[in-house]
Amino acid sequence: MTATGDPWRDSAAAIATRVRAGTLDPVDAVESGWDGPARRWERDVHAVVHSDAESRHTAAVAASERRDGPLAGVPVLVKDNLCTTDYPTTCGSRILAGWHSPYDATVIRRLRAAGAVVVGKSNMDEFAMGSSTEFSCYGPTRNPHDLARVPGGSSGGSAAAVAYGLVPAALGSDTGGSVRQPAAFCGVYGLKPTYGRLSRYGLVAFGSSLDQVGIFARHAGDVALLYAALAGPDPFDATMRENAPPDVTGWDAGVRGLRLGWPANLWARGVDEAIVAGLERAAAALERAGATRVPLDFLPGEYGVAAYYLVATAEASSNLARFDGVRYGHRAAGAADVNALYTRSRSEGFGPEVQRRILLGTYALSSGYYDEYYLKAQRARTRIRREYAAAFERCDVMLMPVAPTTAFRLGEKTDDPLAMYLSDVFTIGANLAGLPGLSVPMGLSPERLPVAAQLLAPADGEPALLRAARAIEAEGDTAKLPRGSEREVAWPGSR
Amino acid sequence: MSIDAREVRRIAALARLEIADDAVERVAGQLSSVLEFAATLDELDLEGCEPTAFAPPGAPLRPDEPDGRRLDPEDALAGAPEVRDGHFVVPPIVENVNP
Repeated sequence: MTATGDPWRDSAAAIATRVRAGTLDPVDAVESGWDGPARRWERDVHAVVHSDAESRHTAAVAASERRDGPLAGVPVLVKDNLCTTDYPTTCGSRILAGWHSPYDATVIRRLRAAGAVVVGKSNMDEFAMGSSTEFSCYGPTRNPHDLARVPGGSSGGSAAAVAYGLVPAALGSDTGGSVRQPAAFCGVYGLKPTYGRLSRYGLVAFGSSLDQVGIFARHAGDVALLYAALAGPDPFDATMRENAPPDVTGWDAGVRGLRLGWPANLWARGVDEAIVAGLERAAAALERAGATRVPLDFLPGEYGVAAYYLVATAEASSNLARFDGVRYGHRAAGAADVNALYTRSRSEGFGPEVQRRILLGTYALSSGYYDEYYLKAQRARTRIRREYAAAFERCDVMLMPVAPTTAFRLGEKTDDPLAMYLSDVFTIGANLAGLPGLSVPMGLSPERLPVAAQLLAPADGEPALLRAARAIEAEGDTAKLPRGSEREVAWPGSR
Repeated sequence: MSIDAREVRRIAALARLEIADDAVERVAGQLSSVLEFAATLDELDLEGCEPTAFAPPGAPLRPDEPDGRRLDPEDALAGAPEVRDGHFVVPPIVENVNP
């Protein structure tokens, strides 16, 4: 990939190549994003919640002494629910205010081992519960393409930072779409890998049967680069697949012969015209590159949403029981007994959406309702898994929207939980079935908001997803700089 | 299925949460709307569908083996709100019957 004068405009691959060749200092690679685009955007967008110049410098100097590894000197921002020893880990929650992890998450260790510089923590919906990054104790993140709109969520800070140019890549987590949907709203790539491929050791748990660490970047090749550096077995995570992860080095090998699943019934109504047009363009690009379109009829996503909001909330109510004012973070003052300490610490520390989901999950698991809700949702999950398995007998990759709309306005859905949950209608299935999914930028809508398409594949289908994403990118639909950045609109090095 | 204010208070107690009096009705309405939506699952044919507890089925869990890495007790306790002599501090759990 071509290098430019300003390191912040470069791809992760170009930065790493220059750092290894000795023509770029990691200190400059890191500070370029903070000196340039962050000065223009960060005050308005508010993508970052923990970072400081001194820690960045220390980490960059360490990388500068090594200058090796596939991610040599590449600045990476990580979501605030990934444990880091050098920055607080607070999950966007008052209940973890100021908490420092005593260890690094496995993905953080692997980033550092690959030569990357972890530059800070990104804003998120509290405990990753939300689709807009409005439910953060630090206040919302805004979409750099339109500051009146949300960046999506819950990994909205990571998506927005990659979109405006602070870093070439970032990590998030995806429990029901929290990487793919913000990637779509901000116009960058967002990969949710196969369940069990990226370690979750050190990812603060939300819905353990659904959570996956995910990758944001502005180029399909950079997603492959990070995936290769991060994927693979970890003895610290019992849910990891034990065999070697799929090889993604062939991400630019083309899509000749690829069977593209086209479940058009899913967007027959209720999906923005610009998004449907984006899907058509994505399919046409893949066909030009040698893929064949296979029409499919697929189970509507609403069933997935219904199952998901019972399973995920049940798991959340259990996982979040550990926040009790005793072992971490916030403790209510002056509680006379232990029950009062638990109840008051949790009620003061958790925000409204987290409390809502804990209540819903507690209800779904409670005596008398377990069979009616939780068990039924788990059985629906089996049905949904089978739907995908049947579809993937007929195709290699499936195309569908990431979300029904482009980025919505701040405040539009905060008081209507169900409306917010339904914005995940196309992303939840991959989590329920443990499949990989990739959000691919498809240009801008007439309102100049990013449009995206989602590629889904069977387990370990990351190579096919990346080849398809690359084919679309090579045909001209690339990540775009937000308006007001400068005159140029495409990121360099995409074609 | 709709949830009333009394039910919200019952669940909140189970979840160790305190819902303000003026918020109970609103929360009841929000939870009810989600549960009513969840009833769409009744339309799905679930015949022969065993529950899936986690994905992907068929991937075996690794054996539990101790790892060489150690966490110093002091570091492990450093994030706790109140610690004394290597222990978490909590309010009294049983009353002192012999003062």
